[in-house]
Amino acid sequence: MDAHTLVIGLTVFVLSIFVGVEIITKIPPTLHTPLMSGSNAISGITLIGALLSAGSQHTALTALLGTLAVVLATINVVGGFLVTHRMLEMFRRKD
Amino acid sequence: MQELPSWLIDLFYLVAAALFILGLKGLTRPRTAVRGNITGACGMLLAVVVTLLDHHIIDFRWILLGLAIGTAVGVILALRIQMTAMPQLVALFNGFGGGASALVAGAALIEAISAASQPEAVGLTAANLVATAASGLIGAVTLTGSLVAFAKLQDLISSGATSFPGHQAANALLAAVALGLAAWLVGDPSGSGSYWLLVVVASVLGVSLVLPIGGADMPVVIALLNSYSGLAAAATGFVLSNNVLIISGALVGASGVILTKIMCEAMNRSLFNVLFGVMAPSEEGATADEVYAGKIKSTSAEEVALLFDTARRVMIVPGYGMAVAQAQHAVRDLTKLLESRGCEVLFAIHPVAGRMPGHMNVLLAEADIPYDKLKDLDEANPLFEQTDIALVIGANDVVNPLAQTDPNSPIAGMPILEVGKARTVVVVKRSLSPGFAGIPNPLFAADNTLMLFGDGQAAVRELIAALKEL
Repeated sequence: MDAHTLVIGLTVFVLSIFVGVEIITKIPPTLHTPLMSGSNAISGITLIGALLSAGSQHTALTALLGTLAVVLATINVVGGFLVTHRMLEMFRRKD
Repeated sequence: MQELPSWLIDLFYLVAAALFILGLKGLTRPRTAVRGNITGACGMLLAVVVTLLDHHIIDFRWILLGLAIGTAVGVILALRIQMTAMPQLVALFNGFGGGASALVAGAALIEAISAASQPEAVGLTAANLVATAASGLIGAVTLTGSLVAFAKLQDLISSGATSFPGHQAANALLAAVALGLAAWLVGDPSGSGSYWLLVVVASVLGVSLVLPIGGADMPVVIALLNSYSGLAAAATGFVLSNNVLIISGALVGASGVILTKIMCEAMNRSLFNVLFGVMAPSEEGATADEVYAGKIKSTSAEEVALLFDTARRVMIVPGYGMAVAQAQHAVRDLTKLLESRGCEVLFAIHPVAGRMPGHMNVLLAEADIPYDKLKDLDEANPLFEQTDIALVIGANDVVNPLAQTDPNSPIAGMPILEVGKARTVVVVKRSLSPGFAGIPNPLFAADNTLMLFGDGQAAVRELIAALKEL
């Protein structure tokens, strides 16, 4: 990562925080639990880094670490989106 | 399998990031929230599928194994969890996300070291190494901190504040050692030993940071760990120079920080005070005997039923006790019965009621109570004056008037639900034991308060039976 790539990354990071703050402050308190579980599922995006480590076969060790990371991140992603869906269905059926 | 050029993969990642943002936007209204969550899930699926088409991936056996195990565990947890146990599940998921980020950063470091022809030629810049260290530090703290939070909420260990003399000094020392190890890694990236030492020290730090935080402060901790899991993902994004990780991590980090701030404001405490302050009862405060002696009016379900018989508006104030007693369905039945008799029933929800942001709202939604009946602090307080009965179920500190009257109390200045303004207050509670703040509650001794002692669910069921017999 050279300095230029770093600055591009920081640019993306800072602008994303502003987008996040704008959106999250508009979410009503009644949906704060689904927000936490849903945003948590999104942070499972680290799964794609885990897939690259598990599949690129650099060394047995990195494959092992990557596979472990795939397991943890997949639980986070699948469980997170599914349990959020379960909760939101309960909010919807009252409409 | 057809390989995708890296620019095209990056373009698909951009689409995935846009879907995440649109998904979060959907969560701003209950009506669009289900679609929003599905939008986010589609973004994740897209990101995973294009990653599998990356030419760096040459072996799919381990990936399929990991995906299969992770999916099975995730599905089982998500479908079997009780709504009352949602705080500990979210804590667990937070931890797994943080742990995965730390592992990915570690694997990337080992790859870079083993790819170099000689130790001096490791192709990692200082920025890269700082990001790696941040990912290991934040990820490991998130993992073990979340596991401790999970154990506390699941009652596997004492849910109270566990501390020892010099605890804060020990934490400061651990943090200093972790930062020293991070500096070592940045200065000498020829081996990954310093990274794994950093992960070990950060893991101990995570445990040590969350142990002294107990009970009613859990909403803050879970929101903060939520934020950390995002920041760990963003740091891993810098390690891999991957924008979709940076964007997603920043969004989740922002979300967690905002929720943390809301929770702290709802307790009138600073984040520093929640994390490091000791919540001790003030010494000048009145003792339980002075507050309660001779003033407590214990009542029966039959007596309360007579009051409800003529009530025009009832405000129900749920707290963590309602979750513990699994009383939300009984509360729904009471609500339906009262409404069929022409009484208006509303719910007043304090932001820190329960063990995570929005905990009460989810339980009441599970019990089919329409969300437009749920009033937040600002909406509820003006309504109490025109309320016949405020029914407090398993809440204590959030309705304690000492917050407004005693500037020396540990909850001084905390915004409360002013239930005392209702004509009659009925408190359903197992005993007069204090809430998390450890102080007596003068509300229970007030002239217009009646105590209905018992388990939340049993008491509400008795009340329903008594009302039906009238």
